[in-house]
Amino acid sequence: MDLVVLVAIQVLYAIASLALISVGLAIIFGMMRVINLAHGEFLMLGGYAAIVATSNGMSIWLAMLVVAPIVVGIIGVIVERTIIRFLYGRMIDTMLATWGLSLFLVGLTTAMFGNTTVGISAPLGSFQIGAYRTSVYTLFVIAVATGVLAGIYAVMRWTRLGLLARGTMQNANMAAALGVNPPRVYAITFGVGAALSGLAGAVLAPVSGVFPTIGVAYVAKSFITVIGGGAAILSGTASASVLFGTINQIATFATTPVFGEVALLAAAIVLIRLLPQGITGRFFRRGL
Amino acid sequence: MKLNRRSFLQSTAGAAAASTLSFPAWAEDPIGVASVHDLSGGLDIYGKPMVDALTLAVEEANAAGGLLGRQIKLINYDTQSNMQLYTQFAQQAALKDKVAVVHGGITSASREVIRPVLDRFKTLYFYNTQYEGGVCDRNQFDTGVTPAQTVEKLVPYAMKKWGKKVYVVAADYNYGQITSQWVKKYVLENGGEVPSIDFFPLDVTNFGPTISKIQAAKPDFVWSALVGGAHISFYRQWAAAGMRKSIPMASTTFAVGNEHIVLSPDECNGMLICYNYFQDLKNPTNAAFVSSFQKRFGADYPNITELAMGTYQGFRLWAEAVKKASSVDRLKVIEALETGISIDAPSGKVTIDPPTHHCVLDVHIAEVNNKKLNVLEDFPQQKPADTAAVCNLIKNPNDNQQYVIKI
Repeated sequence: MDLVVLVAIQVLYAIASLALISVGLAIIFGMMRVINLAHGEFLMLGGYAAIVATSNGMSIWLAMLVVAPIVVGIIGVIVERTIIRFLYGRMIDTMLATWGLSLFLVGLTTAMFGNTTVGISAPLGSFQIGAYRTSVYTLFVIAVATGVLAGIYAVMRWTRLGLLARGTMQNANMAAALGVNPPRVYAITFGVGAALSGLAGAVLAPVSGVFPTIGVAYVAKSFITVIGGGAAILSGTASASVLFGTINQIATFATTPVFGEVALLAAAIVLIRLLPQGITGRFFRRGL
Repeated sequence: MKLNRRSFLQSTAGAAAASTLSFPAWAEDPIGVASVHDLSGGLDIYGKPMVDALTLAVEEANAAGGLLGRQIKLINYDTQSNMQLYTQFAQQAALKDKVAVVHGGITSASREVIRPVLDRFKTLYFYNTQYEGGVCDRNQFDTGVTPAQTVEKLVPYAMKKWGKKVYVVAADYNYGQITSQWVKKYVLENGGEVPSIDFFPLDVTNFGPTISKIQAAKPDFVWSALVGGAHISFYRQWAAAGMRKSIPMASTTFAVGNEHIVLSPDECNGMLICYNYFQDLKNPTNAAFVSSFQKRFGADYPNITELAMGTYQGFRLWAEAVKKASSVDRLKVIEALETGISIDAPSGKVTIDPPTHHCVLDVHIAEVNNKKLNVLEDFPQQKPADTAAVCNLIKNPNDNQQYVIKI
């Protein structure tokens, strides 16, 4: 029985980490149709921001939850203003540009921090479930993911900013005619997407460590999740994370991590074959 | 004399040709030594100290007048943790640079990539990493420790201390696959059991489900043969789950990449390891070595690793053989090495074992304690018995394969 609880926590954790690493991409890709191949590097930068801040004596919580998103958010706005804004509607060109950006960021961080794994110890200790132990940090990651998804829902649903963002994404010309400044909305949206990626990278840093090329490990999974989720940002990311996270973790537990990854990819292929528009192309269509 | 364009070109071309032609005839041109190691990418935690040690060894030899009156030129190749580059750089070292010897290869996978290349192009090869044993190839010398030298000692030590049920986690390539079989063999021989062996590709960072599985199996201790930067997160997640205090751990790879310095003491204290070299070994040769190493690379150099020492000793053994053979010719150097050449190294006496081309050397069991490695027990002059059981290059000089243990 306690093993079931433990596995359930692991499954929730897998879902939460998938949702965390994908949600920033979902906002940038889903709302702005920009394929950001530098997404993994935004996560990596978040991890470095948190580790640098912590090693300079800042509280780990402040470093992860405040510093990392702000730093990466600012980087995101700079990237949007200097590169992305010239390329809206040119999908292939944005892919090339963000791929170049990704290589540049990997090179830059390698030059600054060296190509070695750095990390911080996970805070919070562990707790007992019957005969088993697991880390409290696992629960913290689940809580952060839940908080982020709830926060996005609240902003999109109930604030003026969310309304303007949704309106601009649906029809930028109409929004402009009604007095909205679309370039500003784009910049803010891109910045928010980047900030959420930074937050995810920081929150996962104590678990996986950080090195300049860690983005590669994240970017494929986040794209699979976002594409599998389909058009609706929030319900898409959430439902795809639940599906893939559960399959991945149960397969891992039953066999090995290798088969866990294979199962996740196989599930993604089957899903895209059956539902080319992603989960929200068929279900939860009216979700956010 | 009238100098026109044509006569000028003729005379200068002639002079240039003469100078390039005469150049190789000089006895003073340096001896090329190639280093093929990962200096970037996920395996650089191993490669950097190895290249530093090789650099120091070459500089020391040059300061002492070089070899056979010639200076030694170290040619460094960074393979960037990428297997394709190993093939390319091994070929380049053998064919373009025509080096006398190649030192390099870190993972067993990379060794198996360059070994056939250097065999084909008849270039002497030193593999200086502790590994799973069994390579039998007259062109190659192995200066690292193998399971019969380390696992055989550490398994009974850890079982006596902690208990008989051992759960093994290992990296998913030939090193982890074969080493975990050795661990299993020695555990069974000592009357223990191995409930499971789990393998992980080098880029896996999420060990949550595995940690649950280990808890469900309730072993007395865990044996880690995990490799590389990504796998460090296993130790972090293990400690974060509160497991370090309830289930102890032994390893054949930990601290080789200075993991004990990267991790906090709370994440790895108490782990048992077994290698040929530790920086804190007490002997005059080592004291002199550590002080010249720190003079060269800084007193704050984190830790001189097992692999760095293997590389240093590998170069020294090769240099001794060159002196003995009075030549850098491949066959003459191999024959000199096969006389059982011996050096007084910082790790103690290191001798080439002629039939296996491996080394007879001291090993030590140590415990990780507050970012230090404290030596607990010494085992002098261990023979490479695992490889010796299957490989005899004196009797069968044309043997060329890696023997794999069968259980």
